[in-house]
Amino acid sequence: MTLEAHDLAGARGYAKLFGGLSFHVDAGRALAVTGANGSGKTTLLRILAGLSAPSSGAVRWNGDAMAPFDPRLREAVVFHGHLHALKDELTTLENLASLVALAGMRAAPDDLARALDDVALTRQRQLPARVLSQGQRRRVGLARLRLLQKPLWVLDEPATALDADGAALLAAMLDEHLAAGGAAVIATHQPLALPPARCATIEVGTARP
Amino acid sequence: MTPAAALPLDRAATGAVAPAFGWALARDLKLAFRSRAELGVQLLFYVIVVTLFPLATTPERTLLANLGPGVLWVAALLASLLSLPRLFAVDFADGTLEQMAGSPWSLPALVSGKIAAHWLTTGLPVAVLAPLLGLQYALEAPALWTLAAGLLLGTPILSLLGAIGAALTLGLRGGGGLLALLVLPLCVPVLIFGAGAVDAVRAGLGAGANFSLLAAGLLIALTGAPLACAAALRIALD
Repeated sequence: MTLEAHDLAGARGYAKLFGGLSFHVDAGRALAVTGANGSGKTTLLRILAGLSAPSSGAVRWNGDAMAPFDPRLREAVVFHGHLHALKDELTTLENLASLVALAGMRAAPDDLARALDDVALTRQRQLPARVLSQGQRRRVGLARLRLLQKPLWVLDEPATALDADGAALLAAMLDEHLAAGGAAVIATHQPLALPPARCATIEVGTARP
Repeated sequence: MTPAAALPLDRAATGAVAPAFGWALARDLKLAFRSRAELGVQLLFYVIVVTLFPLATTPERTLLANLGPGVLWVAALLASLLSLPRLFAVDFADGTLEQMAGSPWSLPALVSGKIAAHWLTTGLPVAVLAPLLGLQYALEAPALWTLAAGLLLGTPILSLLGAIGAALTLGLRGGGGLLALLVLPLCVPVLIFGAGAVDAVRAGLGAGANFSLLAAGLLIALTGAPLACAAALRIALD
């Protein structure tokens, strides 16, 4: 299992953000994407997750070039961004069940409840999502991330709004995911708490085309 | 920390159509039911618009009966248009659309489910209410049933065409007004054949020809609209 970027360039509208990015992420390894605000971290992540087209270059998954929205990539990736896709009208549990189903997975009600216990949202299970705080919304995202067990995680600043416990939980989950042979691409401003052998870093926006 | 809950992967999921359609339909109906006040507003709008015309024009029976079918159809179109800007905009804003596009399921099938939910919450109640509201226009029983049947055939087309407009104007400032400008002209044939069916029945000709044309339009919209919507949504997400 390998995610490869070959000479990727990304743009937002007419503004060129980065170019000439080449890297690969293998099973059991994480890639930290750093860079200033507005340097194109989110754009790069969306390209890698197959949600956007690069302005040039190619994304390869297991050696095959992937067009945006390629079914093979959609099957393998879970994208965890700034938006949590939670519906205010539904309860936390209903939201989680709905998101897990949308990713093409099945979960028993007990597993869903346990996943929410794991992220310390036991009391919020039956509450509508509109009462959740930003950090709690992030935690629902973490519960989903762990339930889905997709091989490739694409996380856009996952530690935002999380408290110390939440950040520790995220680090533990990442550790578990990599140990199980998963891969991850993470946009972050804080250094990842991972041994250097498991983690590479790439900076976006330094080499402007 | 307890270990993560392991889940069996549904291997048939990739590109799946039926579960995707069911998921989107069930979810949108549930959301609509949880905020039923909004549904009530749309229906009340429809009832009021239809009721205003007899009050504002004339109590003369033949004139009203001539006017009625057209007014009911235009009001149905406006009621359907009222909720269209929100069809994709809410999902776009909260990130659900992103997850739908990234889901292994088929996006056109997910979109079809959403359109079906839109029709069930706007088009269907409008068609059911039509015979009752048509009484205000001194329409006879055969004309009333033709009107309801025509609306049952025609309102899904309005939802399908409207969804294309909603997907194309997604993320634009003032998209609601542009949406109306895009969708209203496309709906002209539906209005002509729908209102024409009632006129044909009142003239003793039978509504077969008009209904056939409406059904043909529905088939074309059913096959084309979900694909067009999915393509437009992917562009909006890029």
